[in-house]
Amino acid sequence: MIPELGHFALILALTIAIVQAAFPLAGSLVGNRQWMAMARPLAYGQFTFLLIAFACLVQAFLTDDFSVLYVAQHSNSLLPEIYKVSAVWGGHEGSLLLWVLFMAAWGGLVALLSKDLPATVMARVISVQGMIAIGFLLFTLLTSSPFERLFPVPADGRDLNPLLQDPGLAIHPPMLYMGYVGFSVAFSFAIAALIGGRLDAAWARWSRPWTTAAWVFLTIGIALGSWWAYYELGWGGWWFWDPVENASLLPWLVGTALMHSLAVTEKRGAFKSWTVLLAIFAFSLSLLGTFLVRSGVLTSVHAFATDPERGLFILIFLCIVIGGSLALYAWRAPEVSEGGRFDLLSRESALLGNNLLFVAFTVLVLFGTLAPLIYEAFDWGKISVGFPWFNKMFLALAPFLALLVGFGAATRWKHDEPMRLVKLLWVAFALSIAVLAITSLPTFSGGHLWVPIGLALSAWLLFSHIAIVRERLKNKQGWRTVVADMRGSGRSFYGMVVAHVGVAVFAVGVTMVSNFEGEKDVRMSPGDSHELAGYRFEFLGAQKAPGPNYQADRGHFIVYKGDRKVTELFPEKRAYLAGGMPMTEAAIDAGLFRDIYVSLGEAVGGGDWALRLYYKPYVRWIWLGSIFMALGGILALTDPRYRTARVRASAPAGSAVGARA
Amino acid sequence: MSRSIRALIPLFLFAGLVALLVFGLGNDPRKVPSPLVGKPVPDFSLPELTDPSRSVSDEDLKGKISLVNVWASWCNSCRAEHQALMALSEIPDFQIVGLNWKDESRDALTVLRMTGNPYDMNGYDPDNTVGIHWGVYGAPETFVVDRKGIIRYKHIGPIDKQVWEETLEPLVAQLKAE
Amino acid sequence: MKARQKRLVFVGLAIAGVGAAASMALSALQSNLSYFFSPTQVAANEHPTDAVFRVGGLVVEDTLKRQEDGLTVRFDVTDNAATVPVSYTGILPDLFGEGQGVVAKGRIGQDGMFYAEEVLAKHDESYMPPEVADTLQTAHVEGVIESTGESVKSGAAAQ
Repeated sequence: MIPELGHFALILALTIAIVQAAFPLAGSLVGNRQWMAMARPLAYGQFTFLLIAFACLVQAFLTDDFSVLYVAQHSNSLLPEIYKVSAVWGGHEGSLLLWVLFMAAWGGLVALLSKDLPATVMARVISVQGMIAIGFLLFTLLTSSPFERLFPVPADGRDLNPLLQDPGLAIHPPMLYMGYVGFSVAFSFAIAALIGGRLDAAWARWSRPWTTAAWVFLTIGIALGSWWAYYELGWGGWWFWDPVENASLLPWLVGTALMHSLAVTEKRGAFKSWTVLLAIFAFSLSLLGTFLVRSGVLTSVHAFATDPERGLFILIFLCIVIGGSLALYAWRAPEVSEGGRFDLLSRESALLGNNLLFVAFTVLVLFGTLAPLIYEAFDWGKISVGFPWFNKMFLALAPFLALLVGFGAATRWKHDEPMRLVKLLWVAFALSIAVLAITSLPTFSGGHLWVPIGLALSAWLLFSHIAIVRERLKNKQGWRTVVADMRGSGRSFYGMVVAHVGVAVFAVGVTMVSNFEGEKDVRMSPGDSHELAGYRFEFLGAQKAPGPNYQADRGHFIVYKGDRKVTELFPEKRAYLAGGMPMTEAAIDAGLFRDIYVSLGEAVGGGDWALRLYYKPYVRWIWLGSIFMALGGILALTDPRYRTARVRASAPAGSAVGARA
Repeated sequence: MSRSIRALIPLFLFAGLVALLVFGLGNDPRKVPSPLVGKPVPDFSLPELTDPSRSVSDEDLKGKISLVNVWASWCNSCRAEHQALMALSEIPDFQIVGLNWKDESRDALTVLRMTGNPYDMNGYDPDNTVGIHWGVYGAPETFVVDRKGIIRYKHIGPIDKQVWEETLEPLVAQLKAE
Repeated sequence: MKARQKRLVFVGLAIAGVGAAASMALSALQSNLSYFFSPTQVAANEHPTDAVFRVGGLVVEDTLKRQEDGLTVRFDVTDNAATVPVSYTGILPDLFGEGQGVVAKGRIGQDGMFYAEEVLAKHDESYMPPEVADTLQTAHVEGVIESTGESVKSGAAAQ
């Protein structure tokens, strides 16, 4: 009965979504207050019923109800309890349900937290959320219901793909979806503003915290995905430019541009129509990502089991949502007034540069991802774009971005004096040049051109932000200001600093690991030793080791540096009992400055193994930097400014507080 | 450029992208009709799954209309399809010949024992030696073979009520009339 | 007039910049593309001799041989019409196996052996790389194969 209850809850959620899409919006257009007032309760109702549906599915997994097709396909009675829960989103249908649930959660949060929104705006935002929910609920119910029954009932399930039986991947999709779907809020605000024909600083202020929140989730989600790929796939890479990865990176890139552009629109009233366009794009790219991952249009190693019928549905949905909103944009945008003017040397210019770089990179990644499709469409052959191309494009843009971040964060709105900037930043600049010089020495750089560049840019990011913080503190009473700032509206400033320092940390990680990593495929007999990057790996042999739902061969390694024993490693090669899929479980000794990584290949007879050894310097810094970025976002979110928005919402943009932050 | 035209640019760019994606969908390799359609079935001989002393060969496909169903115990869609096949096995107009593909006979037999056996006979092809010549690249797939042993249709994916009623049933009726 | 000129210059610079960036991106793309060729196309010498490309098909049964060093493997890839011998040094992906679909990326040597730098196998049972699926279909279309497994293998040996 429970699965039917879940299915019924989904249908009710769809009904609510239809009412939600129609009445509040209609009310806002004809001025019917009662209809508008329906927005909040409908948003809560939508969330409640989806939560019920989701709980029903979780229950089916926990009780091993293999009469439900989706459960039979993605679970097994031997599966550990925790993975039974995460298996709920281990396949297409369940992850789609999670997606709709989060969508409703964001809608409910907007209804709950944005108490000070004018009723018309709230009504329109909730209605637009309802429209998107209709599309996804129809998609779920018509093509991908997770509650479909299976008869006869199999004795046991097919088991969750072993790659997904992992704590990292248990939380990666929820984070990613929270980010993807979170951009729907910024999108809904943008559409609500377009419907109302009023694109002012107020809508930017309202949608800013929501955009930042979505961005934080997406940042964490992408970082988790990268971390998971690093230790679980056993290839030692942290980013593969795979279409599915790119699908998550694209909304992140545009979302980052949007966050910065929203700042300009809020503070200075400039870039209005551009910001709206970015809000539309950020969510559109989330939808496009969904399409690419679930339609089978592109080849990827970790795409969902694909289905062209589903692809067609999403494509039609994509056309309605994106096409409709872009048409609305084309209709309304010409009426939008030009924003405040600014000089060439101003924060607006710097943020414009930021936007251009991010959008340029988005276009390149999108092009590279779709290039195989373009080539096939024109019958130029079947191609794949190698990841060196993406790396090159990234390297071509990243240095400009890093330089710009240091300057941009230091400049003032509207107009700045070159001499002031020079005074402020020359020490940071000199220190970065010093770093460049030192790291250029062959003993340090090892002849790698990008090592000094990457490290100097990281240094520049760090030192320029130290200078910026010092300047903020200089005019006041030192560190007491920090405390006051943190209580008051300074949090978004420190959020920015933390996030930008995160970029520096990330850059160090990328530079070091790309240039100094070591990798070796070797054949080893028990008792053999192998040297890599100053570490000696001694192989003691491999033994059978049973797991709860798999059989494993477990290798035993001792790693020495000189005569000192560093660590013991136990990489595994697992064969899962249901499905018989083999899986490599790498063993990693993690450290702040280096990882040592061993992954078993296969037994080649006589107790010998083909295996892979890695040395990964500073690889942790990549994820550490991402955590900093996310923390920065969280810090900015807690800025009380957004909670007291009702007081200032009507105040003109660019107030004294705003100019500093 | 006037502002209203400029505001239309994103829409145009999106239209181009959609055209590309439509192409991408239509280009799905699974939609390609099998080149084997209209050709005689490839020669083969395989041990029977339930009784390895017997064999199943292309000769068994002549003189009767056959549905040749490629399946495996590890394949979920096949399990979903199984009940439809059970219902079809009641119909006397054609035989259902299984091609148990890349499977372990123990697992396959368990499935048949637990969920019923809709097949009149079952070729056991654990190593894809025969499947490869049928152009099988996934399970389930179903070939419709006429009385002369000519492949007339290939369905990729599970058979359900809709597929049966809209596609296969009319085809079988037509073959019966021939 | 002056503001207008300034704007023209700005627009011109922007166009030049975008054009230069696009052409750089495209030329970089050309050198990073890897085209896909089926074993039949390779047998017909349609493949590039000096560039990296990808070849895909099914791994022929009983051809997977590990070399002395324990790391280099050789196997044949077929589209049921032609066969390409492949050599790869390193760890094979988890789901690599005989009779399975595979895509190898690398270049072809003087000896006709395809030296792979990278071997990709499918991620799960229900997934076949589209290129491989397509290749198998095409080979059938051309009617090259009407034969049994033996002739595929002997064909491979003859090459």
